Amino acid sequence: MAKSIQAKINDILLRVPEGTTILEAAKSVQIKIPTLCKHPDLPPSASCGICIVRVKGSNKMLRACCTPLEENMEITTHDPEIVSIRRSVLELILSNHPNDCLICGRNNNCELQKLVADFGISEEYFPKIKRDLPKDDSTKAVVLEPEKCILCGRCIYVCQDMQDVWALSFLQRGIKTRFSPAGDIQLSESPCIKCGQCSAHCPTGAILEYYDTPKVWKALQDPDKYCVVQIAPAVRASIGEAFGYPGKNFTGKLYALLRRLGFKAVFDTNFAADVTIMEEASEFEQRLVKGTKPLPLITTCCPSWVDFMEKFHTDMIEHFSSCKSPHEILGVLSKTYYAQKNNIDPSKIVMVSVMPCTSKKYEITRSDEMHASGYQDVDIVMTTRELAGMIKQAGIDFTNLPDEESDTILGEYAGAGVIFGATGGVMEAALRTANYFITGKELAKVDLEAVRGLEKVKEAEIDVGGKKIRVAVAHGMANVEYVLNKVREAKKAGKEMPYHFIEVMACPGGCIGGGGQPYMVTDEVRAMRAKVLYEDDKAKAVRCSHQNPYIKRLYKEFLEKPLGEKSEKLLHTTYKGVPIYRR
Amino acid sequence: MDKKIIYIRDTGGVSGTAMPDKTKDVHSLLLNGLRDRGMQDSVQAVRVADIGAYNQGVVVKVLPDTAYYGVKDEDLGRILDAVKQGTVVKELTARKEPKQLRIVLRNCGVIDPESIEEYMASEGYQALKKVLFELKTQEKVIEEMKKSGLRGRGGAGYPTWMKWNFAKQMSVDQKYVICNGDEGDPGAYMDRSVLEGDPHSVVEGLMIAGFSVGATIGYFYIRAEYPLAVERIQKAIDQCYENGLLGKNILGSNFSFDLEIRLGAGAFVCGEETALIASIEGRRGTPHPRPPYPSVKGLWDKPTVINNVETLANVPYIVNRGGDAFAKVGTQTSKGTKVFALTGKVKNSGLVEVPMGTTIREIVFDIGGGVYNNKNIKAIQTGGPSGGVIPKDFLDTPVDYENLQKLGSIMGSGGMIVMDEDDCMVDIARFYQRFCFDESCGKCSPCRIGTAQMLGFLSKIAEGRGEIGDLDNLRRISQSMQRAALCGLGQTAPNPVVSTLRYYEDEYKVHILQKKCPSKKCRNLLSYKIITEKCKKCGLCFMNCEAKAITGNKDDGYTIDMNKCVRCGRCFEVCKFKAVGKE
Repeated sequence: MAKSIQAKINDILLRVPEGTTILEAAKSVQIKIPTLCKHPDLPPSASCGICIVRVKGSNKMLRACCTPLEENMEITTHDPEIVSIRRSVLELILSNHPNDCLICGRNNNCELQKLVADFGISEEYFPKIKRDLPKDDSTKAVVLEPEKCILCGRCIYVCQDMQDVWALSFLQRGIKTRFSPAGDIQLSESPCIKCGQCSAHCPTGAILEYYDTPKVWKALQDPDKYCVVQIAPAVRASIGEAFGYPGKNFTGKLYALLRRLGFKAVFDTNFAADVTIMEEASEFEQRLVKGTKPLPLITTCCPSWVDFMEKFHTDMIEHFSSCKSPHEILGVLSKTYYAQKNNIDPSKIVMVSVMPCTSKKYEITRSDEMHASGYQDVDIVMTTRELAGMIKQAGIDFTNLPDEESDTILGEYAGAGVIFGATGGVMEAALRTANYFITGKELAKVDLEAVRGLEKVKEAEIDVGGKKIRVAVAHGMANVEYVLNKVREAKKAGKEMPYHFIEVMACPGGCIGGGGQPYMVTDEVRAMRAKVLYEDDKAKAVRCSHQNPYIKRLYKEFLEKPLGEKSEKLLHTTYKGVPIYRR
Repeated sequence: MDKKIIYIRDTGGVSGTAMPDKTKDVHSLLLNGLRDRGMQDSVQAVRVADIGAYNQGVVVKVLPDTAYYGVKDEDLGRILDAVKQGTVVKELTARKEPKQLRIVLRNCGVIDPESIEEYMASEGYQALKKVLFELKTQEKVIEEMKKSGLRGRGGAGYPTWMKWNFAKQMSVDQKYVICNGDEGDPGAYMDRSVLEGDPHSVVEGLMIAGFSVGATIGYFYIRAEYPLAVERIQKAIDQCYENGLLGKNILGSNFSFDLEIRLGAGAFVCGEETALIASIEGRRGTPHPRPPYPSVKGLWDKPTVINNVETLANVPYIVNRGGDAFAKVGTQTSKGTKVFALTGKVKNSGLVEVPMGTTIREIVFDIGGGVYNNKNIKAIQTGGPSGGVIPKDFLDTPVDYENLQKLGSIMGSGGMIVMDEDDCMVDIARFYQRFCFDESCGKCSPCRIGTAQMLGFLSKIAEGRGEIGDLDNLRRISQSMQRAALCGLGQTAPNPVVSTLRYYEDEYKVHILQKKCPSKKCRNLLSYKIITEKCKKCGLCFMNCEAKAITGNKDDGYTIDMNKCVRCGRCFEVCKFKAVGKE
């Protein structure tokens, strides 16, 4: 139990636990100290200098974001001098920023813009110090516009510490300081895994997702095209945040919306998640029972994780599930199964994926196997944020739309499919079905709480037909090493593997915390979004993928059996190391 | 060896600066001379760094008490002959020894810095022995430091014993002590001279610091631009290991201590302690918010004490003589001595060590010999880019931490630059601002953009484009930097501007309103004119003007077209009759 501290902020007496920063303490008494570089999800970098406050007895001002409140401190958060200094600092920042808000991807959604508006700054006070830095859209997933950077350092922290990727870093110094892929190379040549966490945490338009929305509009306009769409599990839980309805499930309204936008068929990635489970659970059963390939089995739904592994953990390739990610599976099924059933020329189908993710933009051209249908299986990927923009462009009163249903035969999902969006969800869904495959019996209780939640690494033992199955779930790339090293150590020592099954998601919280999701994510927001998914799961009559009647139909009519010849051809992929990045 | 000769090149001297390798020539000449006279086995020649001889060229000391100043190569023979005969070359010894008190520089120029035996012969490692076997406890050592009143010589003047005590009170498995040898102020070389001239005293100081706080590992952080300092410290460390003064169970006690050198790559900001720690850890050298202070959470998150070279060089002296004896020197708040690098427009430039409380006038006139070329003193500058100017009206101020701060400057690490009537205060402010601009690490916006904007305004004023509102802008940016910059360097970077504005606002106004530089320093504001009364129509100026701004002929005389003039000053220089006027 932490000691508690008594102090005064603006003459208000308060008591907070020791270690509470002045910023947090002020919040507890309804005082909002303005900040710019501080993101509630990240530790303070203390770079911007906006959150300065005065402490009685000292002629120095302190940064509220990183200074812990001390016993008997008397803090003033606002006085004419403080406000004037904050204003001067903001004006300095503006003198080194393009200020082209009207044509910026973050217009109306920018933390700098908002602060400048709050301070009522109406002129560019100091002479412009222009930076001539090139835009980098080489990945076609994450776009860097360093001219707009205010050097808050969030992306650097996210890339190096949260994600352990080390693609981004600061280069040069003084006024020339800028963020860039380390070594000043193109982002596509860097270790970047396109997770987009940098873009989700950036306060300005300096890092954005690659903007694919115009392509979607163009396809929708083309009378020769047959546009179909799928929404990822996590999108339904977060899209409401862009419209002032956080924590609400928008599945039905999203179906209705997408139809209104002009899509001929509206599918759900959750259905494909059920397919993934059929394949992956079978794979697990084979490895566990028949020993075809080594255990543990590691999930591969996350393209950033796949990219990370191919760059840094090539020794794990044999453990990787060969199963494609759900949206790729839906892509290939739409252009084969769905096209055949409905007599549609697959060459005319445009598959658009609405994803919480920037990495999926990269994934759709990752390898030739992403053309398993004979065409590019998924044509366009747009993020949750892009869809929110598109809704506004279309002028649809989204939140008041009547709910609609998805289109069969690629829409109806089991509860297992929807929890894919949260960390631990794939593991839980897979175990529900794997248990059936291995024992031939259904689980008495399908809720596997041990793998839920935002704990960095979750380890659990699940009883499957009397056998203890050891599983691990990691999310946030920096947390992966711990799990993989345990496997490596066991391998080296020739001991029994510490796990049978490992789930990894690149983004903290899983897809609900994805790099393409609405801004200002924190653990509370992640938990809120996850709750939406688990409630959706709970409300479903069918909660296991193998029980989904449309899945049964898919296998009966088309795929025949999991890991069958057709499945292998359409739904599975291979991996290769990119040894240049070996650590 | 019955005789020893020590010689130096005066690092601050005018005569010596042209040939950086001067001492090396003297070295071979001396060795050859000794060999020629068959004295090579009885006389030893040693090269050392600056010993505080000002403007004296090469100084040769024949121990114990003879010193020759301004020695030229051809004088060496006579000196060696005298050594052989046991006489003195009288005419080369002329030099008035200034009244200084040498505590920090006690051994510099007296002993061979590469010989641990000589250091031991002059009280060397006695302090360590006293600490280990007499004082025995950390508390007692810190008590002595407290009595001595020693304050950090790096600039801020924080009581050394308090720093030690904070770290001592932390009960953790590992602590560190670091010697900060990243001296970077323009014109300052006190630390370098101590590291080069008396490395063992700093090593001993650091060991005592290590004992007092309970650290077992110490680092020397020395900038790579000081190769001789690095070499000498390394040698000192090696000698300590050989003599059982470093390593396990030092001198049979249960105190174990290891020392290593880390090189700084020349970034000014790495002298700031949190940036220094980041640099040692292998990260980008940028400051971090304090608290936590390094003495609580420093290098690799362990309690770390960082002391400046000069501070540490005081430590053995204090332990040997007792804190009370040390505290007798100095003023009420500032104890002991301070080493200054006296430079600028002063007759005898070089290192000066004076008791705290000595007046600026005593330093500049009594020790420094007054202003070069007998011009009038205008001001002195202390504290480098973090300090300010002190006008001549305050020359009788006794030097200590508080007094200098009251005048708008700081003690800093010990640079003291004398300025005469030819020095323009706008130009001085601009010089320091350019330094800060170049050296800003770029992390926090107030410093990164503030230094750039301030430099812009100062350049504008110096180039004749100034507007009266620029002064307010300078003040406003200064205020926001002083209040909102992250580290001490950023907070003090506006000091040269603030202090020149405080004392010399009129000079700024002349630049802005009359577009004139009273000191005739700012090139763009100069205008040249032929004074017809003095002109002999020789045409020398005409022939030398590369800009073809001078027209006329030998009959009619010449005129300068200021629109064409590039203000190179060539005509002014070549005119033998002082007929070219500059204003």
